[in-house]
Amino acid sequence: MSKAVRFAPLALLVAIIAALVWRLATPVDTDVHSAMEGKQIPLFKLPAALPSKPGLSSSDLASGEPHLVNVFASWCVPCVTEVKVLQILKESGVPVEGIAIRDRADDLADFLARNGDPYERIGRDAQSEVQIALGSSGVPESFVVDGKGVIRYQHIGPIERSDVPLILTKLEQVR
Amino acid sequence: MRRLFIFLAICFAQPSLADSSLPAAYWSNRQLPDAKQEAQAQALMEQLRCLVCQGQSIADSDAELAGDMRDLVRRRIAAGEKPSAIRTWLIQRYGTWISYKPTTEPAAWPLWLAPLALLLIGAWLLRHRIRLRKR
Repeated sequence: MSKAVRFAPLALLVAIIAALVWRLATPVDTDVHSAMEGKQIPLFKLPAALPSKPGLSSSDLASGEPHLVNVFASWCVPCVTEVKVLQILKESGVPVEGIAIRDRADDLADFLARNGDPYERIGRDAQSEVQIALGSSGVPESFVVDGKGVIRYQHIGPIERSDVPLILTKLEQVR
Repeated sequence: MRRLFIFLAICFAQPSLADSSLPAAYWSNRQLPDAKQEAQAQALMEQLRCLVCQGQSIADSDAELAGDMRDLVRRRIAAGEKPSAIRTWLIQRYGTWISYKPTTEPAAWPLWLAPLALLLIGAWLLRHRIRLRKR
């Protein structure tokens, strides 16, 4: 047996170990990214989730100025902290629109009374239909939609306090 | 006392509060009355990946979003839409990731070419061995 053949199994072993170590060090991104970024927001018209606030439709978003569309729910735990960050964004002049997934009016009113209410409108998406149409795979998720109603950025997971500059930049870029 | 504590701990664990309190969508756990349409819907649902329990199909998954997707598939099939059109619609939303059916995109070419390559290697090895035996 030649020397190269004799060392082939060892080389293979080293290669496999190197691949495993590399994968452990840089884990796979398991987030499902929407393929709708850069595309027109699908047509929808959601009824009001609360009697005191209008519902949300796609035409509300093509109003000439950029919007932040937040997909959330009162039963979603990370949404509790996110809604306070959305308040900060609202105070710096960002129009925040809500899509409440599988929610009930009294639960939602309770959630907003307890954690603050940054939303201009909230649409009720009782069967996740609009969520699926947007290519969103969970709560919370947010979309930056420009003045023409084109989805320009998807934020997966809660918007943390440290994400505020990023979101403001994304909104500024599409203005 | 201890049992009661464990029971309460299970009841108030975070995962049990991580779902909505709304009932499942109408068609999520109900078969279509038309057997042919139900078979079409079932075949499609087995090829669509659940967004929550990645690795399960929406036919298998108990996640609420999977239930809502089954409802969507059955409603559209009942309305006369073709399964391929529903798959295309979902791929436009989530990318080819959502479908278990392999695509013909360049990323999947090694998958399609692998059997051919293995067959050729096998033939080459066989030829080599037959030649050796002749000698």
